[in-house]
Amino acid sequence: MAEQASIAEATMTGANNGEGVRRRDFINIAAVSFAGVGGLAALYPLISQMAPSADVLAESSTEIDISAIAPGQAIKAVWRKQPVFIRNLTPEEIKAADGVDVASLRDPQTLEQRTTAGKTNWLITMGVCTHLGCVPLGAGEGEVKGEFGGYFCPCHGSVYDTAARIRKGPAPKNLEVPPHEFSSDTVVKIG
Amino acid sequence: MSFPWANEYKPTNPLMQWVDERLPLPRFVYNAVGAGYPVPRNLNYMWNFGVLAGFALVLQIVTGVVLAMHYAANDKVAFDSVEHIMRDVNWGWMLRYAHANGASMFFIVVYTHIFRGFFYSSYKAPREMIWLLGVVIFLLMMATAFMGYVLPWGQMSFWGAKVITGLFSAIPLVGTPLQEWLLGGFAPDNAALNRFFSLHFLLPFVILGVIILHVWALHIPGSSNPTGVEVKQESDTVPFHPYYTAKDGFGLGIFLLVYCALVFFAPNLLGHPDNYIPANPLSTPAHIVPEWYFWPFYAILRAFTSDFLFIPAKLMGVLAMFSAILVWFFLPWLDTSPVRSGHYRPLFRKFFYLLVVDVLVLGYCGGAPAEEPYVMISQIASMYYFLHFLVILPVVSSIETPAPLPFSITEAVLGKDEHATLAPATPAVA
Ligand code: HEM
Ligand code: FES
Repeated sequence: MAEQASIAEATMTGANNGEGVRRRDFINIAAVSFAGVGGLAALYPLISQMAPSADVLAESSTEIDISAIAPGQAIKAVWRKQPVFIRNLTPEEIKAADGVDVASLRDPQTLEQRTTAGKTNWLITMGVCTHLGCVPLGAGEGEVKGEFGGYFCPCHGSVYDTAARIRKGPAPKNLEVPPHEFSSDTVVKIG
Repeated sequence: MSFPWANEYKPTNPLMQWVDERLPLPRFVYNAVGAGYPVPRNLNYMWNFGVLAGFALVLQIVTGVVLAMHYAANDKVAFDSVEHIMRDVNWGWMLRYAHANGASMFFIVVYTHIFRGFFYSSYKAPREMIWLLGVVIFLLMMATAFMGYVLPWGQMSFWGAKVITGLFSAIPLVGTPLQEWLLGGFAPDNAALNRFFSLHFLLPFVILGVIILHVWALHIPGSSNPTGVEVKQESDTVPFHPYYTAKDGFGLGIFLLVYCALVFFAPNLLGHPDNYIPANPLSTPAHIVPEWYFWPFYAILRAFTSDFLFIPAKLMGVLAMFSAILVWFFLPWLDTSPVRSGHYRPLFRKFFYLLVVDVLVLGYCGGAPAEEPYVMISQIASMYYFLHFLVILPVVSSIETPAPLPFSITEAVLGKDEHATLAPATPAVA
């Protein structure tokens, strides 16, 4: 009894005098923190498993023969399981794209910035609307191209111009230009 | 809790006595939905829809577990496995139609239940927690139904998944990584299909858990009623069983009639034919729409077509769509009138019916193509929607003179209440 009382007294004074943390406080904080860190560590793989797996990430690249695409025509290719538009612009389309005041655009970019030097007629973009990801119309034969002559997304009405820049509707960005290079005059490698 | 006059559970059957002493589960059921739960005597048919929603959930779980025995969540075979269910599995066509239309019925019932809440202001003190949990249930239902619709892996499934996960890409900075994390890829693929199946299986049981909390919270003040006047005395209530088990049973019969008419005579009426075309990542259907129950919110999403201040149109649309539901969380504090029921609030009542019309208009526009005049109508209707909750409701609450309330439920039902004169002089407004 006496012993207990003195322990109680000791802890009381220990707690009250401000300095000196009680052993029990220390053990308590250390144990709970340790368990907390362990819990967080266990959470990491649980969250990370949902991110794209190695096979999905494995950067594939695609080589495409563009020799058959005449000016004014476009094809749809596939890269990372998503559509890519490869379009051979006509001189008028290039002129239309260059005639726009870049500063007035929602996502200011020139056609030159979006194409390879010396090959400004080859406009290569993802066929994925930057609004919510639908495939815009305009690459296929006979599809509507929208009021700016480029692409039109039927989902929520985004309109892109001949440089595939956003001009109207809810999409925030121009159609994305994927990394690509010309292996030769007739073959382009995407990715 | 319950009212002091609630019947007490006294099992006569020795087996039930034995069970009750060891695990008072029968007592729990008796007090929750049996003769031990006193309920206002004047509930109208609007009060059927809670029980009907519970029934619809059970229906979805039963048909869903059975479908999961035949369904394969793999992008190569998912579409075919659903066709296999339709053509080869015994009664498979019926089970699938029962599940798909069960989801529609579930939403019809829950929307009615929610609008009942709007009209009778069931969200007011002391029932705020019931209301908040209800909104949580609705959000979980939307997530569940969305992921279920992805499973058949048709064109609408695929493009629905793409567009809805695309919503997250509107969030600044983390948006695109977040979308890729949700999908496990750059576009919906096998990884996405598998996790959607896993979650579609899980979430209904989470909903079940939240429903238990919802009903628990309900049983503390007890049900409200069409007058909005709180229960004062025994003559205001009747035991849940047999009075409301019978009334709910009748409602269930009507529900089943409508449901069976859909399942057996118009199973694809509410569906979209494009979902019978296998998913094609390279071609978006000309007119993509979500299931009908998402239309009002989809219309709000599409109503934002140009940037607003520094916020891009895309982010505005997404914020507005989520806010359209999140604003319900604040309802108990936006509507400050002390009177609950719309029957005694002449001005509020008119705006309630306007809101119903507004939501129907939004729903119609959400299902229509993204062109004029629908875009402009959606814009006006979306604006009115937020105006209703954020401006009209608080203003109406402060300027309206409510009609006189009955002294008690008994007086409202019988025209007189003997206790009315004997009762202490407390204000009739609860
Ligand atoms: C809140 C309850 C639920 C809702 C609202 C719901 C909704 C849906 C919807 C809308 C579909 C698409 C139907 C179609 O067009 O084919 C679906 C499919 C499916 N659901 Fe559910 N569901 C629920 C509960 C469950 C549960 C508990 C399971 C399994 C344990 C389940 C398993 C399935 C399966 C396997 C499919 C794919 C087969 C098919 O497409 O018909 N569901 N669900
Ligand atoms: S996805 Fe293209 S406009 Fe919405």
